[in-house]
Amino acid sequence: MSAPAPGTPAAGWVEEPPRPSLWRIFALNRMSVLGLAVLGCLLVLAVFGDAIVPFDPEKIRAGPRMASPGAVHLMGTDDLGRDVFSRVLAGLRISLIVGLSAAAVSTGIGIVVGSFAGYFGRLIDDLLMRLTEVFLVIPRFFLAIMLVAFFGAHIVNIILAIALLSWPEIARIVRAEFLSLRTRQFVDAARIAGCGVLVLMFVEILPNALAPVVVAGTLQVGQAMLLEAGLSYLGLGDPSQVSLGIMLQQAQQIMRSAWWTTAFPGLVIFLAVLSLNLVGDGLNDVLSPRSRGR
Amino acid sequence: MQELLRVEDLTTHIFTPAGVVRAVEGVSLRIRPSEAVALVGESGCGKSMTALSLMRLVRPPVRILGGRVWFKGRDLLALSEAEMRMVRGGEIAMVFQDPMTFLNPVFRVGDQVAEAICIHQGLGRRAAEAGALEALRHVKIPAPEAVVHYYPHQLSGGMRQRVLIAMAVACRPALLIADEPTTALDVTIQAQIMALLSDIRRELGSALLLISHDLGLVAEYCDRVYVMYAGEIVEEADVFGLFKGPQHPYTAALLKSSLNIDHRVAAFEAIEGQPPNLIAPPPGCRFHPRCPRAFEPCSRSAPPVVTLEGGRVARCWLHEDGR
Amino acid sequence: MQSRFLTYLFRRVLQAVPLLLLVVVITFLLVHAAPGDPVDVLSGQMETAPEYREQLRREFGLDRPLYVQLGRYVAKVTSLDLGYSLRYRVDVFDLIMSRLPATLLLMGTSLVLSSAIGILLGAFAARHPYSAADNAATLVALAGYSMPVFWLGQLLLLLFALNLGWFPTQGMASLRAPAEGWGRAFDIAHHLALPALTYSVYNLTLIFRLTRARMQETLAEDYITTARAKGVSEGAVVFRHALRNALLPVVTVIGLTFGFMLAGSVLTETVFAWPGLGRLMYEAIMARDYPILMGLFIFISSLVIVANVITDVIYALIDPRVVYK
Repeated sequence: MSAPAPGTPAAGWVEEPPRPSLWRIFALNRMSVLGLAVLGCLLVLAVFGDAIVPFDPEKIRAGPRMASPGAVHLMGTDDLGRDVFSRVLAGLRISLIVGLSAAAVSTGIGIVVGSFAGYFGRLIDDLLMRLTEVFLVIPRFFLAIMLVAFFGAHIVNIILAIALLSWPEIARIVRAEFLSLRTRQFVDAARIAGCGVLVLMFVEILPNALAPVVVAGTLQVGQAMLLEAGLSYLGLGDPSQVSLGIMLQQAQQIMRSAWWTTAFPGLVIFLAVLSLNLVGDGLNDVLSPRSRGR
Repeated sequence: MQELLRVEDLTTHIFTPAGVVRAVEGVSLRIRPSEAVALVGESGCGKSMTALSLMRLVRPPVRILGGRVWFKGRDLLALSEAEMRMVRGGEIAMVFQDPMTFLNPVFRVGDQVAEAICIHQGLGRRAAEAGALEALRHVKIPAPEAVVHYYPHQLSGGMRQRVLIAMAVACRPALLIADEPTTALDVTIQAQIMALLSDIRRELGSALLLISHDLGLVAEYCDRVYVMYAGEIVEEADVFGLFKGPQHPYTAALLKSSLNIDHRVAAFEAIEGQPPNLIAPPPGCRFHPRCPRAFEPCSRSAPPVVTLEGGRVARCWLHEDGR
Repeated sequence: MQSRFLTYLFRRVLQAVPLLLLVVVITFLLVHAAPGDPVDVLSGQMETAPEYREQLRREFGLDRPLYVQLGRYVAKVTSLDLGYSLRYRVDVFDLIMSRLPATLLLMGTSLVLSSAIGILLGAFAARHPYSAADNAATLVALAGYSMPVFWLGQLLLLLFALNLGWFPTQGMASLRAPAEGWGRAFDIAHHLALPALTYSVYNLTLIFRLTRARMQETLAEDYITTARAKGVSEGAVVFRHALRNALLPVVTVIGLTFGFMLAGSVLTETVFAWPGLGRLMYEAIMARDYPILMGLFIFISSLVIVANVITDVIYALIDPRVVYK
C-alpha cells in the first residue's frame, strides 16, 4: 500500500499526522531502551570507577588469594590477591577507550575514503573500492594479530590495528550514500552557488549521509571491544594496562577453583557489547530511510 | 440472476506505527458467472488491497477486519486455511501486475505452472508437466516445449505475463482476478495480452474482475464497473451508462482526465489535489476536498448510497433526493 | 554453457592470484617494518648461533636490495617454503599441515551443525516475525553475537567439564584411549563436543541472523504472493519458494565470513587446547615465534581467498540468473 504522497496539501486536512519524535520511535523498541540504560550505567562505572572502587586494581595481596565474592571483595580476588571488582572496572574503562577510539578512527578513515570514492566516481572510485575489497577479503583478525605481534602490544597499536581493519564497512556505506546524494538538486544548487568541492562533500552532502554511518559506527564500537578482548586473550594485550581479555586469559589457569575470575570480566564485556548492539538496533529503527520517510 | 461472488462490507486496515490506514472500508460488490467486472480508481485507492483481501492473501500488518465474501454459497472469510487453499488458484485465480517480480527467479517456468496443476487436480508430476505444457500452448507461447525449461529471466516481459496467465488459467477457475495485468508492459504488447486474457476467459466461461486505472481497457473488455475512491466504492454502473453519464463527481473527473490523455490535449487536466491520507480520512465525503461540486453537507456527514435508475448506484449527496 | 562456465572458473581463479601475492608482500613488509633486525624476526629468537644468522642472511638475501629480497621471498613462499621454526625444529609448512586436520574437523562439524540449525531457526523466525518465539530467538542470537566466544567456551568448560565432569577439559584424545577403530573415534568425539558446541554457537548466531533477515525480505517478494495465490501450502511457500531464494545470499555471506569464522576457531581452540591451527597460533604468539606466525598468516589468508573463490563458483552454479562474465 502506498503511503500518502508527499507534496503540498490541497487543504488543511491532508496534512500528515504529526510524525512521532525520534525518541518515541527509539522507545518503541524496549530492548534498545534497556540497552541504553545498561550502557549508561557501564559508562558511569567506567568513568567514575576510580572513585568507586575500594582497591587499586593493580595492587597484589589486596585481600586473601582467590577469595570468593563477598562483602569486601564484591567479585572476589584472583590468584595474586587482586580485587576482581576493581580490576573489572579498570578493564572496562580500557576496553571502552579502545572500542570508542578504534571506532572513531575507523569511521574517520571510512568517511574520507567513501566520500572521495562516491563523489568523484570513475577512476578514483575504482581504485578506492578495489583497495576496500582487498581489506575486506584479507582476514582481519589475523592481520590485526600480525600487526600487534610485530609492532608491539601497545594500546595505541591495538587501537590502530583494529581501526585499520574496520574502516572498509564504513567506506562502503558512505560511498553508497554519496552516489545517491551527489546528483540531488540541493547539491547542484550549492555547486551553482560556487561552493568548492570539499565544501560540497563535507558540508552539503556528508550530513545527509550520516544516519547509516552512525548506526554502523555504534556497532563497530562493540566489535572493536570484542576484537580487543580476543587479541588480549591470545596474549596480545597491552601488559601495562588492566585488560578484560588478559584477565580472562589468566583466569583460564585458575578457574577450576575460582570461577569468578572468568565469570565477571566476561560478563562485563558481554553486557557492554550487547547493550551497544541493542542501541545500534534502536538507532537503526530511528534513522533508517523507512522511518525517516525519505 | 445468481451471483458467483458477493462481497459485503469488506473492511481491511493496515496497522502501521504511524497509525491505522483505512485502506478498504466497507466495500461491497457482486460478480455474476461469466461476467467481466472492472474495479477502477487512482493508485492507492485500495483496489489491489480489495482483491488481495477477498483472496485472503493479506499478511500482517494488514488485517481483514470484517465483512463477508460469498463465493458459490460459501463465505470465504470463514473457511479454514486448508479449504481456502483449494479455492486459491483452483476456483479463483489471480494474474498480477508486474511479470518481472511475480515469477520465482530460481524455478523453471514449466515447474511453476505445473505446481498449480499438481495442487488442484491431484495429478502426478509427469501429468502436471504435460498440463503445464498444454497451458503454455494455450496462452500462445511460441515453442512451449523449450520454454517450459526456461527460467523467468530468460523471457521477455510479455512472455512472462503469458506464463502468469497460463498459471492462472491452468485449473480453469470460475473467477479470474487480473490486477493491472498490462501496466508494466509495452503499449504494443498490452493489447495482445488483454486480447489473450479476454479470449481465454470467454472460452473457459470464467468471470473476470479487472483491476485497472485505465478506463480505455475497461470500456473495451468489461460489462460493469465499480469506481473506488479512498477505500470506498463511490459508483457502480454498467459500462455504457458509466461512460455516457457518470453519476459521481469523482467518476466524472476520472473520465475527464483519461479522455484528455487519450486525445493528447495539451492542457493535461488531472484531478486536482492529492488522494487523501487514509490514516485520517477527511470527515463527511472522502472526496469533498477535491470535489468541484461540493456543497454544504459534504464536509459534515458521510453521503448516502443511492440506488438510481437502471440499478446504478452512487455514493453522493447530489442524489439525496433520488432515494 | 560448459565451456563458458570453465572460462568463468578460470578467470575467477586467476583473479585470486594478485590477492595471494599481496598477502605475501604484506608479510614481507611486516618483517622489514617491524622494529629490530629482520634476522631476529626470521629466526624467531633473539639468541641464535651466528652461523644460523649468517645462513638466514644468505637465504633471504638480506644484504641485497629490497626488491631482490622480495623476489626471493615470493619465490620461497610459492614453493611452499614457509620457513623453519627453531623452537619446534620443524619446517613451518609441515607443522601447519600436521595441525590442519584438527582444525578442519572442528570447523567442519560445527559448520554443518550451525548451518542446519541456523537456517531452520532463521526460516522459522522469519515466518512468524515478532512472535514470542521469534523475539526470544532473536534476542538469544544477539546475545550470542555479543559474547566473546572464548568466554562462552570458558563457561561451558567450567560447567560441563570442571564441575559436572561430563566432558574432558582439553586436547583431542586421552592417553589411555584406544589407538584406532570406534573406540578412538568415540574418544575424539567426546573431546570434540565442547569446542564444537562453543564454536557452533558463534557461527549459529551469524547464520541465524542472516537467514532470518534474508527470509523476511524474500517472504515480502511478489513471487511469494503468486505462490500463495496458486494455493501453495504455507510450509511449501517457506521451504520451497522462499528458502531457496533466501539461501543464495546466505551462501555468499558464509563464504565471505570464512575469515571471521577462522578467527572464532583460533579462540575456541585456545580455550580447549584443541591441537589445531588456532592453538598453534596461540603457542606461536606466546613464544613470539615469528616464522610460524608468518606462515600461519599466509596460509590462513590463502584459505580465506580460496574460500571466496569457491563461494563465487558455488553461487554461480546454484543461481540460474548468474551470467558468466
